[in-house]
Amino acid sequence: MTSSGRKPVVDVAYPAGGAMTEAASPDRAKVLNKLRFSDSSFKFLTRAAAIAVLIILSGIIISLIHGSLPALSKFGFEFLIDESWNPVTEKFGAIAPIYGTIVTSLIAMLIAVPVGLFIALFLTELCPMFLRRPIGIAIELLAGIPSIIYGIWGLFVFAPFLQQHVQPFLIAVFGPIPLLGDLFAGPPYGIGVLTAGLILAIMVLPFITSISRDVFEAVPPVLKEAAYGLGCTTWEVARNVVLPFTRVGVIGGVMLGLGRALGETMAVTFVIGNAHRISESILAPGTTISATIANEFTEAVGDIYTSSLIALGLILFVITFIVLAAARLMLMRLNARLGK
Amino acid sequence: MASPTTVAPSTPLYAARRRKNFVTMAIAYAATGFGLAWLALILIVLFWNGFNGLSLRVFTEMTPPPGSSGGLLNAIAGSLVMTFLAVIIGTPLGVLAGTYLAEYGRYEKLSTIVRFINDILLSAPSIVVGLFVYEIMVAQMGHFSGWAGAVALAVIVVPVVVRTTEDMLTLVPDTLREAAASIGLPRSKMIQKIAYRAARAGMITGVLLAVARISGETAPLLFTALNNQFWSTNMNAPVSSLPVVIFQFALSPYKDWQELAWTGALIITLAVLALSITARYLGGQSKKS
Repeated sequence: MTSSGRKPVVDVAYPAGGAMTEAASPDRAKVLNKLRFSDSSFKFLTRAAAIAVLIILSGIIISLIHGSLPALSKFGFEFLIDESWNPVTEKFGAIAPIYGTIVTSLIAMLIAVPVGLFIALFLTELCPMFLRRPIGIAIELLAGIPSIIYGIWGLFVFAPFLQQHVQPFLIAVFGPIPLLGDLFAGPPYGIGVLTAGLILAIMVLPFITSISRDVFEAVPPVLKEAAYGLGCTTWEVARNVVLPFTRVGVIGGVMLGLGRALGETMAVTFVIGNAHRISESILAPGTTISATIANEFTEAVGDIYTSSLIALGLILFVITFIVLAAARLMLMRLNARLGK
Repeated sequence: MASPTTVAPSTPLYAARRRKNFVTMAIAYAATGFGLAWLALILIVLFWNGFNGLSLRVFTEMTPPPGSSGGLLNAIAGSLVMTFLAVIIGTPLGVLAGTYLAEYGRYEKLSTIVRFINDILLSAPSIVVGLFVYEIMVAQMGHFSGWAGAVALAVIVVPVVVRTTEDMLTLVPDTLREAAASIGLPRSKMIQKIAYRAARAGMITGVLLAVARISGETAPLLFTALNNQFWSTNMNAPVSSLPVVIFQFALSPYKDWQELAWTGALIITLAVLALSITARYLGGQSKKS
């Protein structure tokens, strides 16, 4: 980062060309004063910017609370457990969207976590060296693809496919079984809770994979080599050395993925069906917090309706804040253990 | 676990261990194939459907009314303007905050808190950001506007830039700082002339990643910038953007609109991929990993 021909940086304090003569000293004092001022103001500026980050977060919380006050004061605690969502009678409750958010995220995690961990295992232990970088880069690039792409694909390709091929099969196989059958009851709509969960799974898969891979790679090679030296198989090394060592980090990574799945809007909005009810069947349409807000906010008339939607946003923010904070704390614990 | 030395090879235990290993490794291969196949499938479908509608008209004509054909010019322009403004607003703030974390307050308590909060903002649901900006701007001004959209995107830019700026400045060797200090350079000049210059490629990477991130964001724009079917350069009025147009057109029953949605989706994906590849290339130059 050096270049010849540039004016030497020391010159800033010596306006007279470097000579420290008596005549130059008032000038020098002036320049030094100026420097002192710009120095402290720059420090002040950076500190203010750092504090601005905190202000943004508190601003989000305060504005959400302020916006949801009308709804929360009208419905009280009942808002959290009420299933009705009726713009005409202005009766709103959040339990159906909350339920949908949690169920779709659960489905997503059930699929994405094992698959992601196995891919990370493949990338760190099995993959030939020359393929590691390309596959790793591909996964990271895919993690950056906007969620609306997953949404449009889900709507036009995945949902019809599920409706014609997968859901009839699920209904035929699991339908007659008691208890389990309730989960797969009803006609195959294509769109619904299951479809949204599956799309979310595909979406968070790259996240979970890339974080677990990073965490797996942090295991000191000595530990693994010692286990291999004892004659352990690859699976035994993964199960008994890598996983225990990285457990905190893996859980942190999984919760980061969960935080993303909970707050994801566009991928879900396209395929969830936007029905404000809790169905036993995961094939039925439902809704999530983010999908409800995205679908209804601009069309909401009346203060209570708008305020109820903002209250939904507040609930979502609180849930994701807790999940993300826990995730960060766990990742920080792993880093502390690694001495970073 | 039984000590391997007491078990001779080819005993049932040994075979069982090998079988278990074989099965789990096969699962690992299958999982990788499964994961990559889905992602490849999405991209193939996207390219297939997107290229069908890709033509010069997409870039020269406005979004059409239902049932007729047209382009995406106003949406692309709106997206570009709002992204640009968001970067202009968000980058200085992010760079300065990142500078504080890495240079002035590296070990201070305030920095620990800011880092933690910043990491949470980094993955906070973007629709909540939309609600926030709706509350502070749209509700106060009484109308949707392009400015509100730009601010919403800027709120998403800040944490990304803070994070990369801090990471990249931390990578700058302390010997450089000490050398600058030893010749009497004030700290702020040291940061601006030495540290920024050493970390420049990485910091540009951060901004590119932030642009990639916001160029596909839909949720924060839905109720800040709203949408606009016509050409509009007035940032005080609703402005259309590519993601919102895709959202609206994809959910419509009109064939032309759906086709334009696919094309728009392809444009966004190509832009995001190009940005992330450039960012990776730059980032790979600044640090070897």
